[in-house]
Amino acid sequence: MNLNETLEIVSQTNPGMVRSHNEDSVTQDAVCGLVVLADGMGGYNAGEVASGIAVSVTTTEISQYLQHASPTDIDADSGDELGVVLLRDNIRKANSSIYHASQSQPQYSGMGTTIVAGLFYDNRVAVGHVGDSRMYRLRNGTLQAITRDHSLLQEQIDSGMITMEDARHSKNKNLVTRAVGIDAEVIPEIHVHKAQPGDIYLLCSDGLNDMLEDEDIESALYAMQSNLTLAAEQLIQMANDNGGRDNVSVILVKIKGEFAAPRRWLAKLFGWFKK
Amino acid sequence: MTAKLILSMDGVVIKEYPLSQERLTIGRKEHNDIVIDNLAVSGEHAAIITILHDSFLEDLDSTNGVEVNGVATKKHFLHNNDLIEIGKHKLKYITDEISQTSAADFEKTMLMRTPAKQAPSPAKAGDTSSFIKTQSVMAKPVDDKASEKTGKFEARAPIPVPAPPSPSPAAATAVPAAAIQILTGPNAGKELELVKNLTTLGKPGLQVAVLTRRPHGFFITHVEGATFPSVNGQVMGAQPLQMKNHDIIELAGVKMEFYLKG
Repeated sequence: MNLNETLEIVSQTNPGMVRSHNEDSVTQDAVCGLVVLADGMGGYNAGEVASGIAVSVTTTEISQYLQHASPTDIDADSGDELGVVLLRDNIRKANSSIYHASQSQPQYSGMGTTIVAGLFYDNRVAVGHVGDSRMYRLRNGTLQAITRDHSLLQEQIDSGMITMEDARHSKNKNLVTRAVGIDAEVIPEIHVHKAQPGDIYLLCSDGLNDMLEDEDIESALYAMQSNLTLAAEQLIQMANDNGGRDNVSVILVKIKGEFAAPRRWLAKLFGWFKK
Repeated sequence: MTAKLILSMDGVVIKEYPLSQERLTIGRKEHNDIVIDNLAVSGEHAAIITILHDSFLEDLDSTNGVEVNGVATKKHFLHNNDLIEIGKHKLKYITDEISQTSAADFEKTMLMRTPAKQAPSPAKAGDTSSFIKTQSVMAKPVDDKASEKTGKFEARAPIPVPAPPSPSPAAATAVPAAAIQILTGPNAGKELELVKNLTTLGKPGLQVAVLTRRPHGFFITHVEGATFPSVNGQVMGAQPLQMKNHDIIELAGVKMEFYLKG
């Protein structure tokens, strides 16, 4: 199913005000409804190598697979929907690609990346993430994070050790507890959410949400929801105006209409009529 | 880079203590890391827990309690220059400002390895899938802030709330206060103070522009609609335009004046 008509996607990435190079990578594939953002880490250019591998492996593999399969198909091995399985398996595949590159080439030693990926299908979005790159959703004017960081700070918030308010002032913002490509195996976190027409999804690297309060992101997205390109520029500009201490990347996805997957029996029926 | 506590009494510095250990205890008894020999101080009075760059103060159920910056507290996330008071003794918490050179390193995302991850066992690969839950349950809803929107200029005048702590307060305060006064239409005479970083003008679906507050001033940007706003009679382009004092904006058939306050 071609989602080109139903989804409006805009992505932008910027090195920020301090860093000389950009270790973030973003890709989008409007036809199969896939967006991927990764924030690399590692010396020299290893960070951008890692994030580059992560987005290209996941995007290439998933879009190829979906040329002759539907994300709503049930995977026989796991019993899960194909959309979920594809995200999970390909984040793991990216993990082993990066891990092997870092094992075999000394200049890439220890490189890794965060990842957040969204696959839109059947009026839903499957979200896979590892690390502290986030997905937010703006619905009816309210912004809500729909991923939970794999970070030390989030663990401290969860355990009640530190309040959300104090967490804003924490100096431990940059420590992730999970990353792609660091170990031989990774556990991606996958959730499926219902998507509604009018929703705007924001994928971002921590260069955005470390520099801006959620309230600022919300008001900018809300005010500029009719012009996604401008909204993306505005978010990056706001992060840079506040210091832009890290690379800033955003992907915005607006749901313009319903995108229910054609039901199998219906598809078969149509197929039968076509004969 | 290590944070420290400076112990003083009556304005006289007694000693400095670096926060180099995860847990540092304060009390009257000898075994504490910081011993304050005074009867107002409990045997084990308080502890400072330090996790990497963050430190927390905890009152260990002391008899006379702990105050931070004049407020009694049981548990407190320490900020630079916080003053901890235990009886007549004062402890100042100092955490070095990050120097410009290390700022980049400091912001860099790093992986925190857990001991379990350093020794991956073959069993780990097998049971990973069971950890992954697929569900359509939403994360818990955040506070409803939808009411705090300025959707259009007909909306109520903004309540002057104290600005929330922003990542870079210096950048936010450097911009002078400004306001918009509506000159024509049913709301003529109304004033809209530009207290937010972003203020929406116009009617959604018809014509919308936003005024953004940036470190070097206010800018107007066209967002939506076939007609672009005009500033001082000149139709603006797609690029943001910096506002000058007493500029006249016209959009959606309404004229308004931008002016700087104070």
